[in-house]
Amino acid sequence: MNNASAIELRGISKTFGSIKANQNVDLDIRRGEILSILGENGSGKTTLMNMIAGIYYPDEGKILIDGKEVTITSPKDAFKYKIGMIHQHFKLVDVFTAAENITLGMRDEKGVYNIKKINQKVLEMSKKYGFIIDPKKRIHEMSVSEKQTVEIFKVLFRGADILILDEPTAVLTPQEIRKLFDVLRKMREDGKSIVIITHKLNEVMEISDRVAVLRKGEHIATVNTSDTNEKELTEMMVGKKVDLNIERKDPVDPQPRLEIRNLTVLNKDGIKAINDISFDINGGEILGIAGIAGNGQKELLESIAGLVKKESGDIIFHNPKKNKPVTFFHKDLKKIKAMAAEGKFHYPNGERVDLKGKSNKEIVKLVNDEQILFYEDEIIDIKNKKPREIQELGIKLSFVPEDRLTMGLVGNMSIVDNMLLRSYRKGKSVFLNRKRPKDLADTIIRDLEVATPDDMTPVRRLSGGNVQKVLVGREISSSPKVLMAAYPVRGLDINSSYLIYNLLNKQKEKNVAVVFVGEDLDVLLALCDRILVLSGGIITGILEGKTAKKDEVGLLMLGNRTKETAEIADNKKSEEEVNG
Amino acid sequence: MAKTKERTKKEPLMHVAKRSDLPGWQAMLIRTGVVLGGLIFIILLSSGVLKQGPITLLTYIFAGTFGSGDNFLVLLRDSMLLLMIALAITPAFKMKFWNIGAEGQVLISGFACMATMWYLGGKIPDGGLIVLMFIFSILAGVIWSVIPAIFKSVFNTNETLFTLMMNYLAIQVVKFFIKFWVPTGSGIIPTNPYGNLPNLGAGDKDYWFSIIFAIAVLAFMFVYLKYSKHGYELTVVGESERTAKYIGINVKKVIIRTLLVGGVICGIVGFLLVGGINHSITENTVAGRGFTAVLVSWLAQFNPIIMIFVAFLVTFINKGMVWVMQSIGVTNAYFSNVVIGILFLIIIAGEFIIRYRVTFKGMKPRLKKSQAGKRTPEIGLH
Repeated sequence: MNNASAIELRGISKTFGSIKANQNVDLDIRRGEILSILGENGSGKTTLMNMIAGIYYPDEGKILIDGKEVTITSPKDAFKYKIGMIHQHFKLVDVFTAAENITLGMRDEKGVYNIKKINQKVLEMSKKYGFIIDPKKRIHEMSVSEKQTVEIFKVLFRGADILILDEPTAVLTPQEIRKLFDVLRKMREDGKSIVIITHKLNEVMEISDRVAVLRKGEHIATVNTSDTNEKELTEMMVGKKVDLNIERKDPVDPQPRLEIRNLTVLNKDGIKAINDISFDINGGEILGIAGIAGNGQKELLESIAGLVKKESGDIIFHNPKKNKPVTFFHKDLKKIKAMAAEGKFHYPNGERVDLKGKSNKEIVKLVNDEQILFYEDEIIDIKNKKPREIQELGIKLSFVPEDRLTMGLVGNMSIVDNMLLRSYRKGKSVFLNRKRPKDLADTIIRDLEVATPDDMTPVRRLSGGNVQKVLVGREISSSPKVLMAAYPVRGLDINSSYLIYNLLNKQKEKNVAVVFVGEDLDVLLALCDRILVLSGGIITGILEGKTAKKDEVGLLMLGNRTKETAEIADNKKSEEEVNG
Repeated sequence: MAKTKERTKKEPLMHVAKRSDLPGWQAMLIRTGVVLGGLIFIILLSSGVLKQGPITLLTYIFAGTFGSGDNFLVLLRDSMLLLMIALAITPAFKMKFWNIGAEGQVLISGFACMATMWYLGGKIPDGGLIVLMFIFSILAGVIWSVIPAIFKSVFNTNETLFTLMMNYLAIQVVKFFIKFWVPTGSGIIPTNPYGNLPNLGAGDKDYWFSIIFAIAVLAFMFVYLKYSKHGYELTVVGESERTAKYIGINVKKVIIRTLLVGGVICGIVGFLLVGGINHSITENTVAGRGFTAVLVSWLAQFNPIIMIFVAFLVTFINKGMVWVMQSIGVTNAYFSNVVIGILFLIIIAGEFIIRYRVTFKGMKPRLKKSQAGKRTPEIGLH
């Protein structure tokens, strides 16, 4: 690694409306290094890199490449300076092959579009860096990791020496991440500069030579990875000390709350998104669902919530704590006494029934007067129920999609009106009652520390983390019996994420059946009591949270294919390409 | 390291940035300024084209609108009719159901009213006739409005095209029946002597009915949109159909119900136009009000109260320019239409200033807090 700077940023600032995305940032990117840009969401990492890649133009400051000041006003300009960026959301043409996508808009020296030559070149390059790619495969047949490879290729093909990757690992399994990192290291050896935008500390430690930390648009420091540790980086990133432990209490007497039996769900295209799966969701525990995005998580939750049609199978809901009077079901006073001693019965006022010292006559009278009650689960088949009926049973779904606002919240409505979404139907009046939603909104703003000017602010004006607090807060406030939280910390900063984990833990202690769909395997392993892994719509494993290993989950996420077999299969294919 | 704050050397010519920090009163101020500026502009333009002094033109405009008692009442009545149609389509618009079929919905209601007068006039007492006219008008309006809604919710047909086609259909129905009822001669239905609405107050025509109905519709729509569960539901459907489904709103039902409400109001307008004002019908009875109402609703940003002013402004310019043309002896209305079109373009352009901030190359240092933003901002009214 030489220490020459490839890119120098000097005093870069950028504002959007009243938001200062970047403020006076100085940063050097050196030749032949891997630099991590670390920061929480909204700290201006992507904006900063977008200015190098020609997507945005800085308000102030200058960019120097090899010591010379340059103006980059478009991605094309950026390529001129050999800078290429791989965005979080891939920009590929689905029906084209890998090679076609890679050469899109490019010509060879003679100005001729020669697909054979390109295929050849793609293979050469993939050997050089250890990529595995089939140039003739179409994008829509590819996995996320393959698509990412194509994106990287696209940039390399245009001769980029400086590669910027925006959250490249967000959608990959641990195995795929390792593979990607190997490739990146090889590129570094080749003298290329790699910039990785990320907020995952362990990856920073693993891959990068140096780390630049951004906080609220400002450059805090750039340190050598070898001189720092995760704790220090976190403090730089957050600006204060944070406790990153998730408390996992043992579940108390988990009983099935939802029984899913032989469930099959079709997606929009009529393909089986969920294929004949069966499992239980228990009260008082957190069930984690792991899987690569798009492997049926969404369909599974939506089918439970009644939002999508179930092709076949059953979903049985055990509605807990329905009071029932004790009858002489066995005509057996002794048994009633024994069960009372175990604390199974209670009086209508909720007090525990203690039959000690009571005569049989008294007991008979109490039973006949229906004064001794016990809890019994009500068994309800929710397979054919409407979303509203399912919600009214206390099965709540809080789904945070990628753009956060398309489900569950209405961006242009105020926080109060968003509270109203769940409750406006109550009562026979044709008019709305905003009093209680307003109270609820204020409670959530206070308890969850939602940063907002007031409760009438449209939700879309809030930052991502606050939007999620509003959403999750509302679902939890309805005292659910089943709480399905899909990606509840998507895009949240560390503090907010841990706030959400705590909220879920509290729900678990309240005997709620919590389902947690997450992207971060470390969190899944730390938070969940059981982890269910979905791959291609089938369950590839249900693991105990305490004993599960990250690699194990990763392999299951990839389906039956282990890393080795997958590689062999791909290599074989590639070889065939070369020979044929 | 020394922090440099120099400007980059080759800057793009101009930045367009979305702004979110403009307070409501400032936006209103800009809007008022834009409207006034636009008015001054079109008067100067007209003055140049028509070779009349601007003061003379202003005199004509005011004479045609506020001049005599009758002119003012006509202005008021026509504003109210326009307001009602704008209110009729507003709930659909809030639901992002682009109903541009108010023209046809009003016309077909007027036709139903006319048919009732034609066939039952003189056969039953006038009181009963008026009630039937009212009922059939509303029924026709509802049918014309709900058909596209059903197709939208069941087959997901494009509502804009569908409602547009329904306009032409309504015009053809009216044309056919005019020919059918009056096969010879001028093809004009003589003013029907039956079922006249009672005269209220001043003026020889029933201005007051339009005004009273408009106030009632306005009050209803204000409450409906803001405080009713229906209004809430249709807003949610408009903002995000996914969210609506997610919380268990029956989207199909809401679409049909909302269009039904709009149809009822269009029916009332049709009744007022044919049953009250004209007592006859031509295919041109609605006279483009159904389309102008789209503009009124948009410009008022679906706010019923602001709609009053917009409807009034639109009608004011319209009537004023017609009076100008009549006063200087021009028999066609083309120029006044051009002028009105220009005014609206200016008003719509004004919205751009409210929504975006444009910063030119040299302006940077002066605007310390200036915001340069995305290269391609979405431009549009909303």
